[in-house]
Amino acid sequence: MSDTGTWAADSAHRNRSRTARAAAWRFVLQRASAAVLALCVVVHLATMIYAVRHGLSSEAIVARMQAGAAWPTFYAVFAAAAAIHAPLGMRTVVDEWLGLRGSAVDAALGLFALLLLGGGLYAVHALAG
Amino acid sequence: MTDRDASALAAARSGRAMRRNDARARSHAAYWAFLTHRLSGIALALFLPVHFFVLAQALTHPTTLDAFLEWTRRPVVKLAETLLVLALAAHLGGGVRLLFVEFAGWRADWQKTAMALAAAAALAVALMFALAA
Amino acid sequence: MNERGDSTLPVRIWRGNANGRFERYDVPRHPSQTVLDVVSHVQQHVDPTLAYRFACRVGMCGSCAMTVNGKARWTCRTHVDTVATDAMLEVAPLNNLPIVRDLVVDMAPFFDKWAAAKGAFTPTATRHDDFAQVEPASPKRQAIDATIECIGCAVCYASCDVVGWKPAYLGPAALNRAWTLVNDVRDGAGAVRLRAVSDDAGCQACHTHQSCTERCPKHLSPTAAIAGLKRRVAAAAIKGQL
Repeated sequence: MSDTGTWAADSAHRNRSRTARAAAWRFVLQRASAAVLALCVVVHLATMIYAVRHGLSSEAIVARMQAGAAWPTFYAVFAAAAAIHAPLGMRTVVDEWLGLRGSAVDAALGLFALLLLGGGLYAVHALAG
Repeated sequence: MTDRDASALAAARSGRAMRRNDARARSHAAYWAFLTHRLSGIALALFLPVHFFVLAQALTHPTTLDAFLEWTRRPVVKLAETLLVLALAAHLGGGVRLLFVEFAGWRADWQKTAMALAAAAALAVALMFALAA
Repeated sequence: MNERGDSTLPVRIWRGNANGRFERYDVPRHPSQTVLDVVSHVQQHVDPTLAYRFACRVGMCGSCAMTVNGKARWTCRTHVDTVATDAMLEVAPLNNLPIVRDLVVDMAPFFDKWAAAKGAFTPTATRHDDFAQVEPASPKRQAIDATIECIGCAVCYASCDVVGWKPAYLGPAALNRAWTLVNDVRDGAGAVRLRAVSDDAGCQACHTHQSCTERCPKHLSPTAAIAGLKRRVAAAAIKGQL
């Protein structure tokens, strides 16, 4: 095989490995964040039903969030998991239903992830004082 | 193969011209489970930034948050919240089912039961919220 | 009913390429009639220019797969009585594959993807080695046995929505075959095959619609096979073996 042939094969091989690893890790991150979110959402839904029953107010929310480190930590983890899960999910939707894919789409979704992470952590900070 | 067919084959290959599935091919439970999961996911992804923004108002404008919470007591808002809870519960139910399918191994006879359970749980949660609100 | 009092069946058959249209034919209705009988009748007695594929006509080869009333089926194994419930029969070529003419599709993309998924056995032994010892009850062999009977008829591929939305998606059949080889202890492809199926258009693109499993005439479950591939690929990535 000529040098160019070997290089092309090596390059193609490296590209395939990189693509395959990226796809595999996206799957792992999506499923792992899903598992974390499953627990967080169960807690969140139960909390919301409880909170709504007793009247929703900013005092109640703030009281819960400032009672200790538990709730702020919980919601920080919740926000981080959502910031991973939602953009990865939207990546597939945008690809399959809008036909958009590529590095520009990935960059936009990366910004979306930062928006969610920043927004979520800022909300936790705002409520926890 | 005739010349006409050969050229048709070449045209078909280059043009990728094909027919697509319509609703008749999708009339089974797992398709509806997928569609519910996807639509609820999109709704939640679009809602989340709004949700964080509103909550963050507590830091800069505490009275705005209380005024907003007052606004949420209106029936139409309660309905919207119930639908959001339904979307979250549906996405959770469908997601847990998928995690089982993908990681706990395949059980053919269990599929429809799992979908029914996920849907039932989602509706139950949404109802609990609506009645409590 | 025609003038002689025999009952007739109205049937719409796709003519032309993707820009074609349905044409209506009226064929004599018989008991135990299959959709393949109907199509054959039209070609033999009404319009000899109708193009369609079949071979064994007894549900062994998968050549006669077409879209019947919107669902992909083997026409030789589809009784008219089962599908023409309101006495209308619609026969079209398989979806998701380029149409050559009438009911004939180009199967090349289907088999190209089979090859792209490394759906071929990679031997490791030579004629000088002893026979491989594969325990039939082993989990890997059972996983293979559950899904090895695929004959490549493309009904699953035609039924898959992800194939429709994502042209590069390898599809249920190719991935199903890759799964049988991933579990084959004699096969030597290893990580090469796992890399071949791990892609935005690979196993991770399956959304468990299960249309493939619903429609497979051999009652296989490509959904289960693809879930297995997802697990195997994820494990390889985590272990740094991808």
